[in-house]
Amino acid sequence: MKKYMLSIATGAVIAAGAVSAEEVRVYNWSDYIDEALLEQFEAETGIDLIYDVFDSNEVLETKMLAGGSGYDVVVPSGTFLQRQITAGAFQPLDFDQLPNAVNLWDVIKDRTAQYDPGNLHAINYMWGTTGLGVNIGKVTEALGEDAPMDSLALIFDPANMEKLADCGVYFLDAPVEMIPAALAYIGEDPDTQDPDVLALAEPVLAAIAPYVTKFHSSEYINALANGDICVAFGWSGDILQARDRAWEAENGVEIAYNAPAEGALMWFDMMAIPVDAPNPTGAHKFLDFIMDAQNMAAASNYVYYANGNLASQEFLVEDVIGDTAIYPSAVALENLYTTRPYDSSVQRIVTRMWTRIKSGT
Amino acid sequence: MNIRRIFLIAVPYLWLGALFLIPFGIVFKIALSDGALAIPPYIPTLDFSQGWAGFKDFAGKLDFENFRFLASDDLYWKAYLSSVKIASISTLATLLVGYPIAYAMARAAPEWRPTLMMLVILPFWTSFLIRVYAWIGILSNEGYLNQILIGMGLIDEPLTILNTNWAVYIGIVYTYLPFMVLPIYAALEKMDDSLLEAAEDLGCSRFSAFWLVTIPLSKAGIVAGSFLVFIPALGEFVIPSILGGSKTLMIGKVLWEEFFNNRDWPVASAVAVILLLILIIPIVLFQRNEQKQREAEE
Repeated sequence: MKKYMLSIATGAVIAAGAVSAEEVRVYNWSDYIDEALLEQFEAETGIDLIYDVFDSNEVLETKMLAGGSGYDVVVPSGTFLQRQITAGAFQPLDFDQLPNAVNLWDVIKDRTAQYDPGNLHAINYMWGTTGLGVNIGKVTEALGEDAPMDSLALIFDPANMEKLADCGVYFLDAPVEMIPAALAYIGEDPDTQDPDVLALAEPVLAAIAPYVTKFHSSEYINALANGDICVAFGWSGDILQARDRAWEAENGVEIAYNAPAEGALMWFDMMAIPVDAPNPTGAHKFLDFIMDAQNMAAASNYVYYANGNLASQEFLVEDVIGDTAIYPSAVALENLYTTRPYDSSVQRIVTRMWTRIKSGT
Repeated sequence: MNIRRIFLIAVPYLWLGALFLIPFGIVFKIALSDGALAIPPYIPTLDFSQGWAGFKDFAGKLDFENFRFLASDDLYWKAYLSSVKIASISTLATLLVGYPIAYAMARAAPEWRPTLMMLVILPFWTSFLIRVYAWIGILSNEGYLNQILIGMGLIDEPLTILNTNWAVYIGIVYTYLPFMVLPIYAALEKMDDSLLEAAEDLGCSRFSAFWLVTIPLSKAGIVAGSFLVFIPALGEFVIPSILGGSKTLMIGKVLWEEFFNNRDWPVASAVAVILLLILIIPIVLFQRNEQKQREAEE
């Protein structure tokens, strides 16, 4: 009998080993989830979760188009998603395996449908805006009490930038974010595909580029939080994370996020399953886990980004749901614009312009 | 011809073929293709099922359009030139720093040499990326270097080093120093000390003995070390992107942009092919020159 028990126990251990050998590989943006959720997913499903991070859509897209990335779940932004769907990089989702999809929010689904008609290939993870992260103390010191902290003039007016240069300004190293912002500042259509209109952004950006400390898409969180810089043009939740870190460190740094009055880019990060995902079943389990109302709320409460999950809203803390920098009012929503992907010849013009702006060559 | 000899010759050629010629052929083929929104992101792709006809069809679609494009935009040659400049200056600086280190190691008492060698190699045990990141903490405006200099009263305002070409030079010299030290050390260690004594006996000052005996005898080490530093420095991407600023123009960054921002693998491959030519031509010329000298000596 004892021997019999032992063999059962051994069998159980082997079975457990076999279960935990199942893997799901997720490739998500950096600083974009509460890591406790990753452990929770492993505990609930017994699947090993391998979680890698990136900080630019371009890196993700290159991996997707090369094929064989080995990832089961990836998180491109809407415009990039659209182009990658065209390239055949993603498989349609099987909504039978995603019962939690009923939690999704129609308001967001309507907007993401422009990138993925019918929302067949991806679910919204988080969304947000691109705007101004301001170190209130330092900016007031540099520009005075009436500094235009909620206007693009703060970063696109050379007179302001000259004074801010000494205390440090970071820009996203993403032409698809910065060029639409420059167009919005001069009153042009930020979603233009017309090379002649795009060219109007160049003098605006070139005039202030010498005053930019660094073009980088993730370092600004720490730089803002530590008080090393006074302004960052970046993603809403990242700046709000910086605000929170500064507050926790009690270092006297006060950060605010302002969506520019001239209009702000609204973007959507979408979870999708690559066409060659090694474990699509596990990938669906991960998506369903994320769409659980409480899990999604936990993620938003941690990273300060709004999500596309209506059911999660009752679990959001007041700091998140009540903050109009995260969940803008209906009126403010109308001031947000979206962009479409550039086609390859326009993309080349945009990249070349960006290199010229950054390096002067 | 005996089998042993054929085998000995075949091994390096197989190595060269498998690890250099075939990959180069693949890159060159992509350089002649056109970009497309697909997986993989270029056309045409070779279809083996069509046999010879498929290959002819494939070859007919290749062209040199991407190379013409590189010539039409001054970004590329400026980036090549700037990379050559940064790599040359860094190589020279590495040599100036590395030679004395190697010399001191070779002159040290024999029982100390393994320890000194260990000290040169030891930093490799830490990840390259972490070591480069550590320089951010040293070179930044609030970093250790500026704090020390201000503390000593040498400067009033912090020096801006991070995000400039200076930081790139420092990063490259630091990272590649062992690649310069080790070959020079190997050359110097083999040197016969009695040659120096002979030179001094014949009336050389210590300095001219160093210049006329030691330097020429360590030439092989200097050349090997310089190639080991110059070649990777020319295509360096990590160091300029972490320590350099937006004004640091290097071909590695241009390649990255072609590959990631433009998703244009064909142009990226064309950039890589030219980079290879820039590297290979001087090396071949150099070796031919060496060969001639050797023949002349014989």
